[in-house]
Amino acid sequence: MPWNFDPGRPIYSQLLEMIRLQIVSGRYAPGEKLPSVRDLASEAAVNPNTMQRALTELERTGLIYAQRTSGRYVTEDSALIASAKRTIAREKTGVFLQEMKQLGYGPEQVTEIINTIDSSENADQDVSDLDAEKK
Amino acid sequence: MTPVFECSHITKHYGAKAALSDINLTLEPGRIVGLLGPNGSGKTTLIKLAAGLLTPTSGTLTICGETIGPLTKSKVSYLPDKDYLSGWMSVSQVIDLFHDFYENFDRNKAYEMLNRLQIDPGQKLKTLSKGNREKVILILTMSRSADLYLLDEPIGGVDPAARDYILQTILTNYNENGTILISTHLISDVERILDEAVFLKNGTVSIHSAVDDIRNQYQKSVDELFREVFAC
Repeated sequence: MPWNFDPGRPIYSQLLEMIRLQIVSGRYAPGEKLPSVRDLASEAAVNPNTMQRALTELERTGLIYAQRTSGRYVTEDSALIASAKRTIAREKTGVFLQEMKQLGYGPEQVTEIINTIDSSENADQDVSDLDAEKK
Repeated sequence: MTPVFECSHITKHYGAKAALSDINLTLEPGRIVGLLGPNGSGKTTLIKLAAGLLTPTSGTLTICGETIGPLTKSKVSYLPDKDYLSGWMSVSQVIDLFHDFYENFDRNKAYEMLNRLQIDPGQKLKTLSKGNREKVILILTMSRSADLYLLDEPIGGVDPAARDYILQTILTNYNENGTILISTHLISDVERILDEAVFLKNGTVSIHSAVDDIRNQYQKSVDELFREVFAC
């Protein structure tokens, strides 16, 4: 299944975010070898040069590294992965809080709403989301 | 690196009508380039010039550094905008014809793609649907190992599911140092596989840029930009 992209942003930066998400969510484990550029490009149904660019940019963050002859691997530095995960969470929460602000809710009220949502139901949701991601 | 395709100050007149005026365009090896423009903007004329079917009124055009001639025709694999194969031939007969005609034609590759698109090689071309005939022609074009692939409206009659598959086929089968120039109106379908987009407007190049640069600069997809630039 080809991956989906937002129209208004460069494809390579969206590819970068998607692969980064797969790393921090554990679909690609620390130290795991990534598929080749061609295979990833084919999976996402994008131009291999675009995929190449996304991976090169991702290398700069340190989340993946290139082994001269054998391909690209996910970093074994789990602290780095954890911090990348936290950065994403902060960004997404920022966007969410912005939307809530438009609805007229401040951070305290949002916290209150979060607490009223059944936490067990929420946890189930998370697990099924992750499963869907893996498929 | 020598550009695969280079034209400088190309002008083409049909009688008094200028189809192309003062076109300068350079394409590097290993790129997939979209040739985009409204009807009558000169896309097919430019492609026919590169294929050697037309000669420019003025200006020069080279393929891999060579002027257009018999030698460049062996480097160019061209898919015309019209159906040009004889209907009485079967798919396998056309494959034999291509195999005899072009040194760089890979027969196994052609059969492999036919198989994956579930087209029976024994079928006569005239009994195939429009979409399936287009698939056969695309398979013939992509089975050659060329430096430049010229695809003029390749997927117009193909259903959306097969279109995705065909784009995959283009991605996985083109020769890595080859360049593909693809003219199409189905921009949103092909945008993700393009490196660069060339906008033709009334016979001149109005934009030539990397797809991601366009998305970055205009904050919109190439498809959206096209609709804006060429709004009626």
